[in-house]
Amino acid sequence: MSFPLLTATAVVPAVGAVATAAVPAARRAAAKWLALGFSLATLVLAAVQLVRFDPDAAGPFQLTESHAWIKDFGVRYELGVDGIAVVLIALTALLIPFVMLAGWHDADPLEGSSPNRRWRPTQGFFALILMVEAMVVISFEATDVFLFYLFFEAMLIPMYFLIGGFGDRAGERSEEETAAQRSYAAVKFLLYNLAGGLIMMAAVIGLYAVTADQLGTGTFSLQEIVQARVDGRLELPPVTERALFLGFFFAFAVKAPLWPLHTWLPNAMGEATAPVAVLITAVVDKVGTFAMLRFCLQLFPGASKWATPVIVALALVSIVYGALLAVGQRDIKRLVAYASISHFGFIVLGIFAMTTQGQGGATLYMVNHGISTAALMLVAGFLISRRGSRLIADYGGVQKVAPVLAGTFLVGGLATLSLPGLAPFVSEFLVLVGTFSRYPAAGIIATVGIVLAALYVLVLYQRTMTGPVTEGVRGMPDLRVRELVVVAPLIALLLFLGVYPKPLTEIIDPAVGHTMSQVEKSDPKPDVPVNEAEAAK
Amino acid sequence: MNPVNYLYLAALLFTIGATGVLIRRNAIVVFMCVELMLNACNLAFVTFSRLHGNLDGQIIAFFTMVVAAAEVVIGLAIIVTIFRSRHSASVDDANLLKL
Amino acid sequence: MENLIGLLVAAPLLGAAVLLCGGRRLDRSGPWVGTLLAAVSFGLGVVLFADMLGRSGEDRTLTTTVFSWVPVGGFRADVGFQLDQLSMTFVLLITGVGTLIHLYSVGYMEHDERRRRFFGYLNLFLAAMLLLVVADNYLLLYVGWEGVGLASYLLIGFWQHKPSAATAAKKAFLVNRVGDMGLSVAIMLMFTTFGTFAFGPVLDGAEAAGEGKLTAIGLMLLLAACGKSAQVPLQSWLGDAMEGPTPVSALIHAATMVTAGVYLITRSGAVFDAAPTAQAAVVTVGAVTLLFGAIVGCAKDDIKKALAGSTMSQIGYMILAAGLGPVGYVFAIMHLVTHGFFKAGLFLGAGSVMHGMNDEVDMRRYGGLRKYMPVTFVTFGLGYLAIIGFPGLSGFFSKDKIIEAAFAKGGTEGWILGGAALLGAGITAFYMTRVMIMTFFGEPRWQPTASDSGSAAGSGAPHPHESPKTMTVPMVILAFGSVFAGGLFSINDTFLKWLEPVTGHAHGNPPVSALTVTAATMVVLVLGVALAWARYGRRPVPVTAPRGSGLTRAARRDLFQDDFNHVVLVRGGEHLTRSLVYVDHTLVDGVVNGTAASVGGLSGRMRRLQNGYARSYAVSMFGGAALLIAATLLMRAV
Repeated sequence: MSFPLLTATAVVPAVGAVATAAVPAARRAAAKWLALGFSLATLVLAAVQLVRFDPDAAGPFQLTESHAWIKDFGVRYELGVDGIAVVLIALTALLIPFVMLAGWHDADPLEGSSPNRRWRPTQGFFALILMVEAMVVISFEATDVFLFYLFFEAMLIPMYFLIGGFGDRAGERSEEETAAQRSYAAVKFLLYNLAGGLIMMAAVIGLYAVTADQLGTGTFSLQEIVQARVDGRLELPPVTERALFLGFFFAFAVKAPLWPLHTWLPNAMGEATAPVAVLITAVVDKVGTFAMLRFCLQLFPGASKWATPVIVALALVSIVYGALLAVGQRDIKRLVAYASISHFGFIVLGIFAMTTQGQGGATLYMVNHGISTAALMLVAGFLISRRGSRLIADYGGVQKVAPVLAGTFLVGGLATLSLPGLAPFVSEFLVLVGTFSRYPAAGIIATVGIVLAALYVLVLYQRTMTGPVTEGVRGMPDLRVRELVVVAPLIALLLFLGVYPKPLTEIIDPAVGHTMSQVEKSDPKPDVPVNEAEAAK
Repeated sequence: MNPVNYLYLAALLFTIGATGVLIRRNAIVVFMCVELMLNACNLAFVTFSRLHGNLDGQIIAFFTMVVAAAEVVIGLAIIVTIFRSRHSASVDDANLLKL
Repeated sequence: MENLIGLLVAAPLLGAAVLLCGGRRLDRSGPWVGTLLAAVSFGLGVVLFADMLGRSGEDRTLTTTVFSWVPVGGFRADVGFQLDQLSMTFVLLITGVGTLIHLYSVGYMEHDERRRRFFGYLNLFLAAMLLLVVADNYLLLYVGWEGVGLASYLLIGFWQHKPSAATAAKKAFLVNRVGDMGLSVAIMLMFTTFGTFAFGPVLDGAEAAGEGKLTAIGLMLLLAACGKSAQVPLQSWLGDAMEGPTPVSALIHAATMVTAGVYLITRSGAVFDAAPTAQAAVVTVGAVTLLFGAIVGCAKDDIKKALAGSTMSQIGYMILAAGLGPVGYVFAIMHLVTHGFFKAGLFLGAGSVMHGMNDEVDMRRYGGLRKYMPVTFVTFGLGYLAIIGFPGLSGFFSKDKIIEAAFAKGGTEGWILGGAALLGAGITAFYMTRVMIMTFFGEPRWQPTASDSGSAAGSGAPHPHESPKTMTVPMVILAFGSVFAGGLFSINDTFLKWLEPVTGHAHGNPPVSALTVTAATMVVLVLGVALAWARYGRRPVPVTAPRGSGLTRAARRDLFQDDFNHVVLVRGGEHLTRSLVYVDHTLVDGVVNGTAASVGGLSGRMRRLQNGYARSYAVSMFGGAALLIAATLLMRAV
């Protein structure tokens, strides 16, 4: 038996979480370094996955592992990655160390407040982050629906504590008020996602029942179900298929988040610290859109096509609505949250455009959005930690006192508005082209989103960074070394992937082709194919 | 004598006990009424045992007595403790567990 | 040779990277590093030009694919370059004028502590603009297109501490984004129509596609051109863009970036030729803008804004010419090049004047400067003669041809377009004479200024003086270009023969003879100059602007375009977003919170059942038992 690479990638951070949590209260610094070490080890494993992954290999999944788990219910411990999963795992593993570095002091106990010696918030913070990483990684790897569901839901537990337990310093608000709003945000996050998860659980059980009924033995294995469907052994009646599809999709749409199930995100991202906000939007939410590609489309191709018009419409609403709300925000973090809602609209739009460009672009978008939002949000976090306020109106003229901070903030913002030359442009354009070639009107409406993106980013930049230096901003220090170490690689990556995204598209492309073939869709043909035009020459 | 008459008596005793539980406030009296209901059940059990000609009912009646005895011990202890701390034996005064 | 094209773009890009990331070490040497790299790029351009001249007509196009950029399914975008005569013309203009303006900026920005960054941005602009003109497909062109938009944003807002500059920068980027939306939709349309967006297949295959699609593509390209080239209805940003440092106005907002729209339309000629409706839209936009810009230019007292109006109007001429099809492409580009010389020269002259006048921009506070700034006066004067089309100077040759081509359109259309172009020439003469007189002639009207840029001496009457050598030398070189370029291009139709293999050319037949058109142009020119002299030369110019006629007041406010934008877009948008925020909070969130609240309310009511009275519990227990027994009996009975 070969080395279980996929299991190892998930187990390492899990072990790290336990180890970090066990560090004694007094050795806070050691806990941080330990956690960072484990996250780097995970990054190495993810990189090995990326290297060992062969984009041209036949078959949908690679590096597979399969063991019986709960025999009575046909639950198996089945792992495997395709081109889409492998890049998302790499993204997750890449972002976690940056999240940790950015939040290095976020969970330090306040000066002079140590209620008792066993109180270990720092250890908890870093352990929870590693816990989330482990669960996200295994969700990307799982090819057994039950296994996936288990960790998809379990993720909520550490996230709940991360949102509810750690927040920005109160600043001008009172400590009680901050705590109350934080706990409101955490509960809202939990309830929304639990509601989605419970509906999904019903669908998971339904899927089991249907397979048990038609195949003799019930199964949760994605590959087995897909194979049975292709062979014609499993034929879901349309009504059943649609009901099961909706059950799955609802959970993913909450997590993604798609309009109108989005309202938990601004609260959660606003109240959590910036690194946790990045964890929510750049890592955890990606599981939702990823699962649409892997489970919704492959398990229920018929129902996916049936639901496409409505989902495309919802995605368009998300894009425009999220952008408009971002324009109207007065709070920096909530603005970024609404911008993310708009971007998730693009991702969902790309997935359900059912074209190679749309789905390839959507996958690339998940990666690029992760990096660009991380860059923007983390710099915003550095800014907020200096002034102790999230309100845009409290800033002004930062550019004059902290030019590097302002510069990196601008680059993050430009990435968010998809400036060509930076990574998000490539993916956004692919999504737009992919959508346009199937639904021209939808493509044009989505294009409005890029104008609105410019509006909210530039308004944010103008109000916070330019103009005369305001009172609270005076004397603000520029980025420190630790902060530069966080931001510089992210920006370098944005530039690199903007100029040369080919390494990623090569990995993603075959997986998207596979998904497309599952849904039995092919790209629309151009009116005047190139060959004809060349022949006419 | 028709054994069914014992059943009527048991029903009567049970009703008296139940009414007592519902309308009396004094914990001791309520307690005694509960005992009365239990004994009404015992009577019914024994009657049924006789009617069906087997021992099942009598065995259960013994069980009930044992349980009732245990209940008396614990119940009285509780009532005495409450009386000590609240200087009242009224069941309506012991409503601290409501939300 | 092909590899040099990449270097052409890479040199200024390297400069931008070094200057922007280099840190304070480069503060002193930065300006020269930037200028050097611009010059290197120009040198490479000249080498490529010499090489190109060595080959004949059709073989002059160089193509090269550097690497495959985004391959996803049938979507193939490459980073590839194509250098033909059209691109070459632009390369020389961009790098040549660009280098001169770098040099000028060394002097102009000498006292600015952030000048290292300024040169980084200028280099970034050069790289993006070069990428725009040497790209071999529309998507890569789009990268350059937005890249110049970014550079323009950064440079307009260079003095970010001034809120007006920051706002102007934002406005420029946003209006441009609306245009960019057009370009991106056009690319998507190309992809669905042709399956590609490389110049070759799209332009060669254009005739095979339906006219409807081509019209759509053409209109979207026009929208893009309107945004970048400040044409009606997306022209409102250009005036505000004058908040940027003057060299920026000269390079980006006069000579190069704003002409990108003309490049785009000329480049996509094959699409427009096959879509008459789109062409009609192009000429309409061109004609309207050339008058619009000219009228606005007449009323502005800010020297830079007057010149900005003029730029808008001159680009209107180019767009008009480009919209005429093969009759006009060559003249559009020719006017673009000559305009590049004289307008850059005029802006640099304006910058030189401001440099000597404590950054004063109001022409009503100038006057009589010709004695104090002789070099500026002469170079500015030559630029002035060139722009109004004085016989023998550059503008005369290029503008005259456009007016002629407009008449040659034929029919009523031809008369309307030609008439508009002719009228525009007259107004140009008027407003440029006005600028000239108010600045260099008449009595000095200098006022102590409260300079808001902070760096200059501040208050106190200005002491006008000639600018340093680094500033005057570029002005002199540009003045040479303004004087001779047009003539050189027209001898033997050199320029026409040079561009013809790329753009094609058709001779138009104007309804009246070419000589008549020229004569008519001369007449309106003299009229314009005379009118301006009568109004501003004979009488002293009041220091505070008089109320003016309705038209003047409207023109001062950019013909109410901004007011319209403000009321409809800004206010409307604010209301929309504010109400959406409200909706999100109360309605979308409200539904969810409402569900939670109703569950809470219900359980609150249920809670009352738990009253703590043991006997009431007993009642419910007995009641329940009775119900159960009754139910059982009932079931038995049934």
